[in-house]
Amino acid sequence: MRVPVGWLAEYVDVPAGTTVEELDTAFVRLGLEVEEVHRPAEVTGPLVVGRVRGIEELTGFKKPIRYCRVDVGEAEPRGIVCGASNFAVGDTVVVALPGAVLPGGFAIAARTTYDHVSDGMICSARELGTGEDHTGILVLGDGYEPGADARPVVGLDDVVVELAVTPDRGYCLSMRGIAREMGTGLGVPWRDPGAAEAPAWSGEPAWEVTVADADRCDRFSMVALEGLDPAAPSPWWMRRRLAQSGIRSISLAVDVTNYVMLELGQPMHAFDRDAVRGPIVVRRAREGERLTTLDGTTRTLDADDLLITDDSGPIGLAAVMGGASTEIGDGTSAVLLEAAHWEPTGVARTARRHRLPSEAAKRFERGVDPEMTVAALARAAQLLAEYGGARVAGAPVDVDTRGPRPSIALDAGRPGRVAGVPYPPAQVIGLLEAVGCAVDADDDRLAVTPPSWRPDLTDPADLVEEVVRLAGYDDVPSVLPTAPPGRGLTDTQRRRRAIGRTLAEAGHVEAPAYPFVGLPALDALGLPDDDPRREVLLVRNPLREEEPALRTTLLPGLLATLARNLARGQRDVALFEHGSVFPGGAREAAPLPGVDARPDDDTLAALLGAVPDQPWHVAVALTGAREPRGWWGPGRPAGWADAVQAARLVAAAAGVQLFVRPGEQAPWHPGRCAELVVDDRVVGYAGELHPRVCAALDLPARTSVMELDVDALPPAAVPVGPRISTFPPVFLDLAFVVPDEITAAHVESMVRGGAGELFEAVRLFDVYSGPPVPSGSRSLAWSLVLRAPDRTLTADDVARVREGIVAVVELQGITLRSGGA
Amino acid sequence: MSGANDPYDPKQVAALSAEALDAAVAAAREAFATAADLEALAAVRPAHLGDRAPVSLARRELGALPPAARADAGKRVNAARVAVTEAFDARRAELESERDARVLAEERVDVTLPWDRSPRGARHPLTTLQERIADVFVGMGYEVADGPELEAEWFNFDALNIGRDHPARTMMDTFFVAGGRDRDEDSGLVLRTHTSPVQARTLLSRTPPVYVVAPGRVYRTDELDATHTPVFHQVEGLAVDRGLTMAHLRGTLDHLARSLFGPEAVTRWRPSYFPFTEPSAEFDVWFPEHRDGPRWVEWGGCGMVNPRVLVACGVDPEEYSGFAFGVGIERALQFRSGVGDMRDIVEGDVRFTEAFGVEL
Repeated sequence: MRVPVGWLAEYVDVPAGTTVEELDTAFVRLGLEVEEVHRPAEVTGPLVVGRVRGIEELTGFKKPIRYCRVDVGEAEPRGIVCGASNFAVGDTVVVALPGAVLPGGFAIAARTTYDHVSDGMICSARELGTGEDHTGILVLGDGYEPGADARPVVGLDDVVVELAVTPDRGYCLSMRGIAREMGTGLGVPWRDPGAAEAPAWSGEPAWEVTVADADRCDRFSMVALEGLDPAAPSPWWMRRRLAQSGIRSISLAVDVTNYVMLELGQPMHAFDRDAVRGPIVVRRAREGERLTTLDGTTRTLDADDLLITDDSGPIGLAAVMGGASTEIGDGTSAVLLEAAHWEPTGVARTARRHRLPSEAAKRFERGVDPEMTVAALARAAQLLAEYGGARVAGAPVDVDTRGPRPSIALDAGRPGRVAGVPYPPAQVIGLLEAVGCAVDADDDRLAVTPPSWRPDLTDPADLVEEVVRLAGYDDVPSVLPTAPPGRGLTDTQRRRRAIGRTLAEAGHVEAPAYPFVGLPALDALGLPDDDPRREVLLVRNPLREEEPALRTTLLPGLLATLARNLARGQRDVALFEHGSVFPGGAREAAPLPGVDARPDDDTLAALLGAVPDQPWHVAVALTGAREPRGWWGPGRPAGWADAVQAARLVAAAAGVQLFVRPGEQAPWHPGRCAELVVDDRVVGYAGELHPRVCAALDLPARTSVMELDVDALPPAAVPVGPRISTFPPVFLDLAFVVPDEITAAHVESMVRGGAGELFEAVRLFDVYSGPPVPSGSRSLAWSLVLRAPDRTLTADDVARVREGIVAVVELQGITLRSGGA
Repeated sequence: MSGANDPYDPKQVAALSAEALDAAVAAAREAFATAADLEALAAVRPAHLGDRAPVSLARRELGALPPAARADAGKRVNAARVAVTEAFDARRAELESERDARVLAEERVDVTLPWDRSPRGARHPLTTLQERIADVFVGMGYEVADGPELEAEWFNFDALNIGRDHPARTMMDTFFVAGGRDRDEDSGLVLRTHTSPVQARTLLSRTPPVYVVAPGRVYRTDELDATHTPVFHQVEGLAVDRGLTMAHLRGTLDHLARSLFGPEAVTRWRPSYFPFTEPSAEFDVWFPEHRDGPRWVEWGGCGMVNPRVLVACGVDPEEYSGFAFGVGIERALQFRSGVGDMRDIVEGDVRFTEAFGVEL
């Protein structure tokens, strides 16, 4: 809502000397957020009112040019050349005299043009920076003295404050509501522009009207006007205020309805009376009915849409937009003015259904004062009479089916108990009355009837807010409450933190991506057609049509971030992300129970069950050097092993035992893919990307990734403290020739097992293939640490362990190459 | 050498004369002092302390002296030997320390050489800032609650007093999620537009008193630009207990502000509107360290839990009251760390994230 301060001052006695900053503060304290303060464009130098005394039409040029003599309050009129022709002798206009500088640094000087000396310029609204109208120059109308400073006249000294009005405060979408708020907020006298006496109209009702849906329309008022001069222009001051409010001037009839809407908050509609066929009926749409609205769009109507109809069918989409067939035209001299009160949620549905967020719909959705219909008609009729010569024909129609508004019971102590501030009952009553409520006090029990313009006030809590707000939030003291003792973070929360910290400490940089993916990204990963990761959930209104789905894997986002970093010149990148993924699959739609009570257990279970599981995944992607080159020597390229190691780090941080075995899964290289297993359950994969995937995503060869489902990991067991033996260890090195198809992990588990209870630690320290190791095998060498809890080991102990291990591995075709303590 | 039974006059045994001993000591000192290094010192040692050294030979002569003279001469010989030994030890210590100094000097390295063979990574500041805020509340006894990002409309809107046709529902710029392969099929699911549905989930699963904080990711259909992102983060707080007032809300927010923005930070409230709180306010925080100078910065929304929300969640509003608030994490990061462009926060450029390290 744009509020021209000059307009506001007509209703509110703003104290002299109040600055824009003080107004800003007052608005904010009332809960009206100031979005922007529009200050008028700056015009320096002489800008005066002029009266056109003579016009000479110059000929022989490509376009019509006028040489005018303009009285600017000096002894002699000035000669001014002008390219516009929308004015006549006697009109008052705005003249920039030589020395004036218009917005944009446009300096005015006397100059010769079209063979005449032009001693100034007659200005358009756009040249003055006060509006967009540049179809002609600004014609002011009567009541202005030639030579007077034109700045106040054209609104150049008028600041416009743009407010963000919250959806509960529909009445603040009008000058009337703003004036009430500001008068209360500043504590100064103010006048209600809606309080004018309705004129005494008489005669036959102007039109026959039936309201067939009183639930959706509890008041419908109408007045007929005749004798309107279709060519009568809107007065300059009205066009200026509309422009300041961001509304385009169209014609007097339309401008008046818009102006009254801004003034009183009552949206109105003007029908061309001669185009309306027969009685008006307000009813729901019928199946298949269509209406061409004022914007030229033909709309198929829904049975939920509320209409204004005549014998020809729909002539208006109630509360939202009028129809083209009864639109005010260039020759309209008789109009039917309509002002009604519509049920807000129905208006919201229609506006949304037809994507028509009009100024009228915006107000009706938020609540309009139903008392204003006739007042608004009277105000509009008065303006049309004054500026367009129109007269009211017959008596107005007023179909009013509203019931009395119930009062709200409020304990006078309640606002104080909510705010933690002791408001005396008298203050509570006073503030509610300032809002416009009628308060009936029986000791501390108040019966509060909210004013007609505040449909948002329905609960005691709403009244509490009004009291606290008007008393001022600054009065609320600062007191820290004492919460009962808590249990700290949950195991899940601690685990997630530990995983993030571990990966970061190990050199990975966290890179959370948006969870939106496109199907081509899944294709690029080479996922087979039946891969469950292709079962995606679709966003109905995606930001980018190319990315309509929710991620089922973290890899597309992570690899895109990797590519972005590479494109920006990074070479060695190790990234990780952890977050939710959103597996698809059919499920029941979520129910929408009421909110009058807690949903019953079945409904609640259905509600919770309809929300899909969103497993927490962690993923890593690496490329370039994992260890950089330096003065110590060459770097070490990142590879499959780093991806697998990342999985081991995650498992360690999560406190679970991870088993790694060869796997095959897109998008990994089939020979370089590790399946990650915890408690016999596959929880993820790690390794090098398939070369085709690297090529498809334009990533460097050997880019390696890991992805793991953290939610699939079992809870960590409480660690058991080992008994520390102080007897000396024995170090035993064992090298085996191992066929290629047997994994190191498998051999190591046999080594472990063979050491039995003497086992303390084992470490693979060498992998070698080539002569003399036969092809098809490689040599693997472990260093084994043996120790007994209760004695010093003997050579016999060690020999027994070695022989035991050898005996076991030989069964698998593994031979001992060398081994000794 | 005299025979054992010869009459003996110590003055006539030249080796035992005071002069001879003094001369031997002086010669030894001279030899040690002129030894240039430990090797040279070792080389001259036998001549002055070895078996054939004058002080050693003199000791051997003592046995020939009559007992009366022996004590006196013995003292002299011992003193001389001690003097030579001390001279040797002193010189050796001196030369050793010279050697050590030289060797250590030779072993000097350039300690400024880098050794970042395993560079440290970093966590995203949105993550660490959320954790930091959560920790402030955990310190007050709150628990951290989680809720799904893909949420039932009922939790995201209805339970929070945002009815189907409420203007606030359309103002939320919601991402709606389809039920199946057909994009138009309604599933009753949305990407949550705020962390507030965790309020409803919490109240439905716990009984008061409830003190929880819920950090998380939320969604609105805004295009990414310097000041907006469609995917962003909030931390929601909820307290429901007997006798909670707006004063408690202010105390809590002030405490949070001080914890994050320094001891001078306070909050300022502006009346506002959220369907799920009544009264409602937006609040600003006084941030003295702002890079453009101390100022008020818009930070979040708050209010007293609307009794309608309590009713929808089965909590008796006559017995319990509560407050709730939500703060924007991106916004806090922007002003706390002077981040000018939202895109730097969301694009995952490692140069940005590395600046924040592992903890914030």
